[in-house]
Amino acid sequence: MDNRQKEINNLKDYKYGFSTDIENIQAPKGLNEDVIKFISNIKKEPAWMLEFRLKAFERFKVLKEPDWQKPKFPKIDYQDLYYYSAPKSMKDKPKSLDELDPKLLETYKKLGIPLQEQARLNGIAVDAVFDSVSVATTFKDELTKQGIIFCPISEAIQNHPKLVKKYLGSVIPTSDHFFATLNSAVFTDGSFVYIPEGVRCPMELSTYFRINASNTGQFERTLIIADKGSYVSYLEGCTAPMRDENQLHAANVELVALDDAEIKYSTVQNWYPGDKDGKGGIYNFVTKRGLCKGKNSKISWTQVETGSAITWKYPSCILKGDNSVGEFYSIAITNNYQKADTGTKMIHLGKNTKSKIISKGISAGNSDMTYRGLVDISSKAKNSTNYTQCDSLLMGNKCGAHTIPYIKNKNSESNIAHEATTSKISEEQLHYCQQRGLNPEEAVGLIVNGFCKEVLQQLPMEFAVEAQKLVGISLEGSVG
Amino acid sequence: MKEQLQKDFDNSIKNLSLSQKDIEIKKFCLDNFIVKGFPNRKEEDWKFSDLNQIIKNNIGELSFYNDQASTNKVDTSVFVDGLEHNKIVFINGRIEKIDFEYEKKNQIEIIDQSETINEFKNSNSLSDLNNAFTNKCFKILVKKGYQLVKPLIIYHTTNSKIWSKNINLRLNFELDKDSSLRLIDLFNDTSEKNFLNIFYNFELKENAVLKNYKVDKFDNKNIKYSFNNIDQDKNSISETFILSSGSNFSKNEINCNLNGVYASAFVNGVFSLNNDKHHEIRSIINHLTENTKSYQLIKSVLDESSKAVYQGKIFVNSDAQKTDGYQLSKAILLNKESEFNAKPELEIYADDVKCSHGSASGSLNDNSIFYLMSRGLSYQQSRELLINGFLLDVVEKITDSEIKNLIKNMIGIKE
Repeated sequence: MDNRQKEINNLKDYKYGFSTDIENIQAPKGLNEDVIKFISNIKKEPAWMLEFRLKAFERFKVLKEPDWQKPKFPKIDYQDLYYYSAPKSMKDKPKSLDELDPKLLETYKKLGIPLQEQARLNGIAVDAVFDSVSVATTFKDELTKQGIIFCPISEAIQNHPKLVKKYLGSVIPTSDHFFATLNSAVFTDGSFVYIPEGVRCPMELSTYFRINASNTGQFERTLIIADKGSYVSYLEGCTAPMRDENQLHAANVELVALDDAEIKYSTVQNWYPGDKDGKGGIYNFVTKRGLCKGKNSKISWTQVETGSAITWKYPSCILKGDNSVGEFYSIAITNNYQKADTGTKMIHLGKNTKSKIISKGISAGNSDMTYRGLVDISSKAKNSTNYTQCDSLLMGNKCGAHTIPYIKNKNSESNIAHEATTSKISEEQLHYCQQRGLNPEEAVGLIVNGFCKEVLQQLPMEFAVEAQKLVGISLEGSVG
Repeated sequence: MKEQLQKDFDNSIKNLSLSQKDIEIKKFCLDNFIVKGFPNRKEEDWKFSDLNQIIKNNIGELSFYNDQASTNKVDTSVFVDGLEHNKIVFINGRIEKIDFEYEKKNQIEIIDQSETINEFKNSNSLSDLNNAFTNKCFKILVKKGYQLVKPLIIYHTTNSKIWSKNINLRLNFELDKDSSLRLIDLFNDTSEKNFLNIFYNFELKENAVLKNYKVDKFDNKNIKYSFNNIDQDKNSISETFILSSGSNFSKNEINCNLNGVYASAFVNGVFSLNNDKHHEIRSIINHLTENTKSYQLIKSVLDESSKAVYQGKIFVNSDAQKTDGYQLSKAILLNKESEFNAKPELEIYADDVKCSHGSASGSLNDNSIFYLMSRGLSYQQSRELLINGFLLDVVEKITDSEIKNLIKNMIGIKE
């Protein structure tokens, strides 16, 4: 098969597999202080920001890449990556959508998110990230009226330095683990959200991430602050172009909820998972952590993970404020040679804190799926409760499903309950569906959707529809 | 520690008549241990119990040499009354007595295996330590079709003659086709601050039945590590019950390999802890072939600043279709200082299986206490009644009624 034919075949497999030709500005290959200064300089960052990055880099130099995870991967040469690339046409920021590079707009169209129409129709403000630089932000005016700040984090560093300085690194400090520290040193862009006191954000905030330039590690940084009594729902969705080479994605997401505030963070992740033989695909090593800082605050993570060659992430909640609530709803689907090691951490520090974990894992083909979670109730977290439910579904005997929960209870007045089951789709259910005219694939899709229902219904409407389709698409070819 | 190990090792070797090759192997194990040292929290399996730290804090400097030349007097007062049984008596790590008085002599064979070193599949440094320092090792072979009439009680006693010592023990058991053995491990310590490192290996042939009860009831300041490896052939059954209560620190590891179809393994355990005791049970059940079954139930009652850890793993190989694996751990924390940690793990590579685990921990149920008190019981009585019922559930899982009653009496559980 000649190369062209191969490419066409590949494109057939992956619905969103395409990449646009835009000339990129790139930082020199490799990771050193000069590259960090280059990034900081090109973003016109203040001195304290550069200091933050360099501090993280100092720490990064002594850290070792962790190796306790279940999915092993070939060693990444961190000196062989580009740490910054931006579409050239972005050098001078366009003032409105019309000024955007038509090619960029085309890309989003293929993704199914034409900015102007869809955003308005769906009532979603979109802060689209193309590679590493935010391209356009819509609905800014409406949000500004309420005092809500929703902008690329690079802009926030310029315009709201006080807020950024106060909260950036307060949940994921520069001295954290390997990938988080790497991100702190070289992050390029991401979203910044601030909801002022008592404001209920009138719409779902949404960002579509794209990985574009070959060999570019994506280092997004998201910071969401919900001030006292406020509410925000944030959506993150991802698709990526087809690549033969493995791409590293190490984003950091920090959430801070003050007194009585609530943050709902939903993710649909559908990055390129590699081809049928496990070649290529994205490495998704993301650090997501939320801090329930104030009393009665709530953070809820919902994720649908269907893409990436390796997914390795644990969206966590630190329940510091009294009466705070942490929730984690997850669907992870692996097919072919995909691997996932995902779960959550619920750290109970305050009194009367509650957490709930619902995790659904589905593995098919030759894939491997691990739920790994921590529930830690400290001795001061009186009267706290946790409920955990992990269900796994296996399709075929070449895949694996594993559950590794860590449960620590140091408080006699707190209760922890954990349940896990592993099963397969029963012949009876399949037979029943097929008898009623569904083909085997549709039947599996239906049953799996039922299995995941508890999590899917946590998603906002716009996402739920997309996610349901995704569940079906992800399992194509796994039956029979 | 290195010089001490080397010195004590040379001393123990002197007293043994070993071939050059065996000495080489022992040396190799010793070197392995010297490199690795005692397990610490950096190792995943020891995450919740840092043995290195525990030994340092509780014992300090250990010595590894045991003078096995002189015999110890067997104190018959420790023997269990009211239950006829066979005996093996260890005193300070030395085998003083092997007595199968109730059995047919030609059906049980006791083989001296001191000169063979067995490789254990688990790779922790304590097996190296055990290999390097065990000086007597026996294999007990129960012959084809023989079922022991009376249970076998292994008495582990230590007396005040020893202090800050490491004691290494090893026993191998082979249960031939259709045979059965009931075994009780009973600890009786009057010594303080010693580290006991005990390895058992069981080989169960077709249809063999092993009932393995480990009772650590009496308060003592020793540190114990016990590793049981159980290999099971077709249709065999192993039942393990652990009462974890007496020692200052104790870790019981059960590694069960279900190699034959229709083999089943049961692991039940009770933690009943007070003071600042720290106990752990780690079980690994490997379902390696189809139609195998395992069941685990662990219950803990933790008072004062005690700490219990349960790490249970069910592994299902891709060939092991139709596996049935179940695991449940429950804990009651009575004191705000007490702590329960669990890591119930599933690793599954086959799709047609039924595997589940559950874990719960919390305080005594206030409603239940209220219910009992409103019917005239005092708080203390209600509390005892609830704990009694909670633990009875596990003790009832013991299938041997004689031993069940013995253990009930020991814990003081009423029906």
